[in-house]
Amino acid sequence: MDRDNRVCVMGEDVGHYGGSYKVTRGLADKFGDLRVLDTPIAENAFTGMGIGAAMTGLRPIVEGMNMGFLLLAFNQISNNCGMLHYTSGGQFTIPIVIRGPGGVGRQLGAEHSQRLESYFQSIPGIQMVACSTPYNAKGLMKAAIRSENPVILFEHVLLYNLKERIPDEEYICNLEEAEMVRPGEHITILTYSRMRYHVMQAAKTLVNKGYDPEVIDIRSLKPFDLHTIGNSVKKTHRVLIVEECMRTGGIGASLTAAINENFIDYLDAPIVCLSSQDVPTPYAGTLEEFTIVQPAQIVTAVEQLCQ
Amino acid sequence: MAIWVTTARKSGATMAARCLTRRNMVNGGGSCSAFPKSHHSLNALAGKKEKENSSSLLGFWRFKSTKASAAAAVDQLYSSDEDVTNNHQGLDFPGGHVSYTRSLNFISNSSTQNRVPCYRVLDDNGVLIPAAGGGSNSGDFQFHHHQQPLISQQTALKMYREMVRLQVMDTIFYEAQRQGRLSFYLTSTGEEAISVAAAAALTPDDVVMPQYREPGVLLWRGFTLREFADQCFGNKDDYGKGRQMPIHYGSNKLNYFTVSSPLATQIPQAAGVAYALKMEKKDACVVTFFGDGSSSEGDFHAGLNFAAVTESPVVFVCRNNGWAISTNVSEQFRSDGIVVKGQAYGIDSIRVDGNDALAVYNSIRAAREIAVKQGKPVLVEFLTYRVGHHSTSDDSTKYRPVDEIEYWKVTRNPVNRFRKWVEGNGWWNEGEESELRSATRKQLLQAIQAAERTEKPVLEEMFNDVYDETPSNLREQHVQLRETIKRHPGDYPSDVPV
Repeated sequence: MDRDNRVCVMGEDVGHYGGSYKVTRGLADKFGDLRVLDTPIAENAFTGMGIGAAMTGLRPIVEGMNMGFLLLAFNQISNNCGMLHYTSGGQFTIPIVIRGPGGVGRQLGAEHSQRLESYFQSIPGIQMVACSTPYNAKGLMKAAIRSENPVILFEHVLLYNLKERIPDEEYICNLEEAEMVRPGEHITILTYSRMRYHVMQAAKTLVNKGYDPEVIDIRSLKPFDLHTIGNSVKKTHRVLIVEECMRTGGIGASLTAAINENFIDYLDAPIVCLSSQDVPTPYAGTLEEFTIVQPAQIVTAVEQLCQ
Repeated sequence: MAIWVTTARKSGATMAARCLTRRNMVNGGGSCSAFPKSHHSLNALAGKKEKENSSSLLGFWRFKSTKASAAAAVDQLYSSDEDVTNNHQGLDFPGGHVSYTRSLNFISNSSTQNRVPCYRVLDDNGVLIPAAGGGSNSGDFQFHHHQQPLISQQTALKMYREMVRLQVMDTIFYEAQRQGRLSFYLTSTGEEAISVAAAAALTPDDVVMPQYREPGVLLWRGFTLREFADQCFGNKDDYGKGRQMPIHYGSNKLNYFTVSSPLATQIPQAAGVAYALKMEKKDACVVTFFGDGSSSEGDFHAGLNFAAVTESPVVFVCRNNGWAISTNVSEQFRSDGIVVKGQAYGIDSIRVDGNDALAVYNSIRAAREIAVKQGKPVLVEFLTYRVGHHSTSDDSTKYRPVDEIEYWKVTRNPVNRFRKWVEGNGWWNEGEESELRSATRKQLLQAIQAAERTEKPVLEEMFNDVYDETPSNLREQHVQLRETIKRHPGDYPSDVPV
């Protein structure tokens, strides 16, 4: 916001309150009430407003208090945000960033545990990225703001408290690149967002058992970084996808199809995809734990794949 | 008693209000005896107490007197009908100060009686309506000095000409669709005054966000007949590059945002554009158009609310033409049209005769001034009638009487009405009329022929502009499609250059 005074933020409680997860804390004091705009509760309206502002030359960042609420803005995101650059013949661009916390948290209930990346992945015209560390959160956010395309940035409710030493200076992460978390030889594990941490935990166990997993945080959910992924598949010949999306129609499903289409000759075994179950996330903590993929499952899956 | 004490953390005002519950009165809630004379001090006390914890607050009220004598204060708490407006006996709630009333009256539905009157300047015969109380027109400055038709001959003639051209364009393009030359079309028949006269009242910097029945704005701003035809035929000269259906015009150089089919999506976007204009401190406003049906969409309510809260310079224009495809307004809402909805959101609103070009011009001029100078939204409801079918995919005689359509087409025709005024001033005649119509018709037929013959955009354009740069997966898909077409040319349209 310092660098470019066209950048503005809009969403519920983003101003003085600093946002429901304090992402925008201090911004209203520094940049004023207009540039950090508190909106009434109508997701379709403030997303639409962001789209209109973007078409007129601003670079808005729209915050969904919880990603799940952006389902109310689906019409604006799909029919307008994704389409207007195309249908106007390139006359109008929509350099908007739509972001917010999503994913399964700790007992937030079904409606607040949505994984919108699976619903949005088909929309032509948008890009989707998921951050997972403080480093890539800063880099991806900056890249998203600078992009001329509409970008949806998926943050995770449980990752806001992570602490990491990151450079003070400006840097961006490429929106279309995956991140090599741990190079390895035996198996390619593809993951993103919070599941990265479950995978790394499982990796510790696996290393102790003598396996050498290659862990890639795909980061770019649309489009997939098939270059990095492909190189890994060509090396290890085995793929395990670990995601938080539900089994049906999730990012993992699309990724499985993409890898099969492009790299079938390099696979020694069918791709295994570990996802959440096709149920609304229960409120009870124990049940909630059962619905998402746990490190133990990841270890078992790797062992089976590598037999 | 304990009921309100447990919620004592809330504002002192709320607590004072809760004091008025019957229960407390019956028990003579002692603390409330202080209320009528010094409710401010009560609030001050409560306010002070707010910062301390609730248990001390509990302590404060609990030991006040509960004697019946305190109940004598009851009468003073309820105002008589005459002193309802006595602020001294009002209440403070979040949102401000309200006076209260003893009488249980519901604000009644005004959709049939006490309807908001409609502003008009010309009568049905195109004659200026005299001011209230007789005499000259310069007398009635009830709302705004722009009520006076301060329109030059030049502007009036240009308005009239564009209204005629719009009529001719609609007729010819509609016929072209019926002949199979166009796939789809949508007319503005009966609503020509709205789009043209509103555009005339704006500056070229004002951003227009249309629904789809406002090509008159483009005509006024200089979009050529050929440009209209190019979009309808989807050829390579179309600014939309052949991607959208006919009538989905868009022109960033004319500040006319590309039409998008879903209803009302442009309304919250207009609030956003106005927000951008405000941030950039531009001397311009946003004007967004929509119909009576769109006022039912969630985006309408949210967009108006937002514009009001963010104090954005938007002029919301509703073309209430009585029909949303086959849904009559009586089935669309039960309010008194859309003008009262603006009021509900705290927006200055006006109802205007949309078939009166001068009234349209004046009201939009005035609305624009309010929006730009006062930095707040305005709502204008134009009452009109949709003479044509909803589109070429509709036959409205199936759901409304033919003589109703005829009546509006002939007797209440906005173009004829304005013509009478313009001719009455000696600015126009029959000769010029027939010349304009035949010239326009000729130009249109030429434009259609030329547009029809122009090449379609190349296949690659199907994959461009999805993103700023075409990504690899789309380039791949383009290559694959091209190869498939080359192998089976007979299965694909021959007029799209590969």
